[in-house]
Amino acid sequence: MSFILVYSFYENVDLAVDVAAFQFSNWRELFTDDYYHYAIWKTLRMSIIVTALAAVLGYIPAYFIAMTRFRHKWLLLLLLILPFWVSFIIRTLSWIHILGNQGAINGVLQWLGIVEEPVAMMFTELTVIIGFLHVFLPYMILNIYVSLEGIDRNLEPAARTLGCTPWQAFREVTLPLSIPGLGAGCLLVFVLTAGSYVTPLILGGPDDFLFGNLIYDAIISELNWPMGATLSFALLLLLGLVVVAYSRMMGLNQLYKAFS
Amino acid sequence: MARVELRGVTKAFGLVRAVQKADITFEEGSFTTLLGPSGCGKTTILRMISGLESPTSGDILIGDQRVNEIPIHKRNLGLVFQNYALFPHKTIAENIAFGLKYRSVEKSEMQERVKNALEVVRLPGVEDRYPAQLSGGQQQRIALARAIVIEPSVLLLDEPLSALDANLREEMRVELTAIQHRIGVTTIFVTHDQSEALAMSDRIIVMSAGNVEQVGTPREVYNAPRSEFVANFLGAANILQGEVVDSGPDGVAVDNEVFGTFPVSNGDLDGLRPGDPVRVVMRAEKVKLSRAPHGDGMAAAGQGSVEAVDYQGQVVRYFIRSGECQLQVIDMIEDRPFAVDEQVFVGVRGVDCSIVRS
Ligand SMILES: Nc1ncnc2c1ncn2[C@@H]1O[C@H](COP(=O)(O)OP(=O)(O)OP(=O)(O)O)[C@@H](O)[C@H]1O
Ligand SMILES: [Mg+2]
Repeated sequence: MSFILVYSFYENVDLAVDVAAFQFSNWRELFTDDYYHYAIWKTLRMSIIVTALAAVLGYIPAYFIAMTRFRHKWLLLLLLILPFWVSFIIRTLSWIHILGNQGAINGVLQWLGIVEEPVAMMFTELTVIIGFLHVFLPYMILNIYVSLEGIDRNLEPAARTLGCTPWQAFREVTLPLSIPGLGAGCLLVFVLTAGSYVTPLILGGPDDFLFGNLIYDAIISELNWPMGATLSFALLLLLGLVVVAYSRMMGLNQLYKAFS
Repeated sequence: MARVELRGVTKAFGLVRAVQKADITFEEGSFTTLLGPSGCGKTTILRMISGLESPTSGDILIGDQRVNEIPIHKRNLGLVFQNYALFPHKTIAENIAFGLKYRSVEKSEMQERVKNALEVVRLPGVEDRYPAQLSGGQQQRIALARAIVIEPSVLLLDEPLSALDANLREEMRVELTAIQHRIGVTTIFVTHDQSEALAMSDRIIVMSAGNVEQVGTPREVYNAPRSEFVANFLGAANILQGEVVDSGPDGVAVDNEVFGTFPVSNGDLDGLRPGDPVRVVMRAEKVKLSRAPHGDGMAAAGQGSVEAVDYQGQVVRYFIRSGECQLQVIDMIEDRPFAVDEQVFVGVRGVDCSIVRS
C-alpha cells in the first residue's frame, strides 16, 4: 500500500515511462480536475442507489428464507450461493442476452407485436444498476439472513400477544434486531460497488464509468501508472473512511460473523 | 378474568395430529395444568388459545365469545414462553411497558404499573437494565411481569420453570402460585413435570399423544388414575393383571395371582362383569411391607421375597418377587430396612387400589 502511495508521487513522462520523483502533480490533478470530481460524485451516487435497492430487495428473500418452515432450507441457501460458481463476468455478460436489442425481452415484445423496433435498454445507467444488483444481492441476502437467523423465533409472537399487529411486531422486534446484518450487507455492497469497474465496462454506455474505470484507463490504456496509483489510493482512502464510519457506528463483529 | 373452553378442537400439522377432538373447560380464576410427555400437544393447545395457531376444526371460547377468528393482538392474553422471549434490545422497563404502549396507556400511569408489576414479582429497581444482565430466574419473573401488567383475561404459561435449576424452580413454583392467587387470573400452565403439576394446580389435565387422558384434581389424578398411561406418568405404579369375580354397586372383587381375591372400589368401574380381565393400579408408595402378616386394615394381602433394594436417601425402593409378578415398593426408612432375599408380607388398603382400562 505504501508502495502505491510512493508511486503516486512519481512523474509520468511518456507512455509507461515513469521518473522517480516527489511531486504533487498527480494529486493536484485529482483535486482540481472537474472530471475526477464528477467521477467521485457519480461513484458515490451509484453506490448509494445500488446499496439502497439491494437492502430493500435483499431483505425480502432473506426474511423469507429465515422464517420459512420449509424443511430443506439449505436448498434455498444453496440456490443463493450457486451463481458464485459461474464467473462474475459471464453473469454480467448474460444481461446482454436479456436486455440487448436482440435479447430476450425485446424478442418477446416484438413477437407479441407490442413494439416494432427493439427498445434500447442496454448501455444505460439502469442496466449498470441491474448488473450490480444481480451480482451483489447474494452478499446482502446472506448477511441479513445470518442476523435474522439469530433472532429468537418467539419474539414476534410475544410482541403479537402483547398487542402488536404483524407489521408492528416486525418493526418493533425483527427489524431492529436485524440491523447489524443489514448494516454489514450495506457496507459490503457499497464498497464492492464503489470499487468495481467491470460491470460499467460491460453494461454501461461509453459515458458510464465509475471511479474504478478511471483507474483502469489510467493504468491499462494510458499506461500512466503514477496517476493510476494516485487514483487507487484516493479510492482506498474514501472507502476506508466509509468503513471506519461504519465500524464506529456498529462495530465490525457482524462482518466477521457473516464470513465465518 | 374469563373462562376458556375448547369444543372438539383438533389440530393437524400435515399428517401429524397434534391435538385430537379436545373438549376442555378452564374455569374462571382457576389454575389448571396441562401435563403430558414431550410432543403430546400441550404447546399446541396454548398456541391455539393465544391465536398463534388456528384449530383445524372445533371452537375456542374465551369468556362467552368464540375467538377462532379474532387475531392474536386483540385477544388480551398474557403468554409466558418457555424461553421467556424478552426483547433483548429493550430495557426491562420497556419490555414490561410494551403491552401497555399498544393499549394507549398514559406515560405516568405506565410507569406506575411497571413499578407495581416489578413489585409483584419481587424485583423492584431493575427498570434500566437489559434482559441479558439478569439471571434466568429474574428473566423468568420479568416475563411474568410483562404478561400480567396488561391485566390479561387469561394467563398462559408454557413450561416457564423448565429452564431454571432445581432449587430456584421450587422457589418460583411457590411464588408463581402465590401471585396467581393474589391476582386471581385464569391460568393455564403447561408442564411435563408431574411434581410441578401436583404441587401447583387446582386441576390437572393429563394428555398423551394429542388426547386428553384424564381431568381431575391433583388428588384424583394421582390416587385414582383412569388409565395405565396416567398411572405410569404420575409417579411409580404397579399395574396388576386380574379377573373380576364379583361385581356390586360399590365396586368389584378382583382375583389376582399375588393378592388373591380383594375388593376394588376406585377407578373405571363402569360395566364390569364377572369374568372380565382388568388391570389394577397400586402406587409404589402405597404398598406396605412387613415382617409379620398385616392386620385387618389391608384389603389385599400377599407374600413375596425381596429381590433388589435401591437406597434413595430418605426412601428405599424395593423390588418384590411373588411368583411371576414383580412389585415395586417405595418405603420410608424406619428402623431396619429389608434385606435382599428376605421374605415379606405385602399389603394394600382398599382406597389405594384403582381399576384402569386395559
Ligand atoms: N409447526 C408445526 N409443524 C409441524 N408439526 C408440529 C408443529 N408444531 C408442533 N408440531 C407437532 O405436534 C406435536 C405436538 O407438539 P407440541 O409442541 O404441542 O408438543 P408439547 O406437548 O408442547 O411438547 P414439549 O413438551 O416437547 O414442548 C408434535 O408431534 C410436534 O412435532
Ligand atoms: Mg411445548
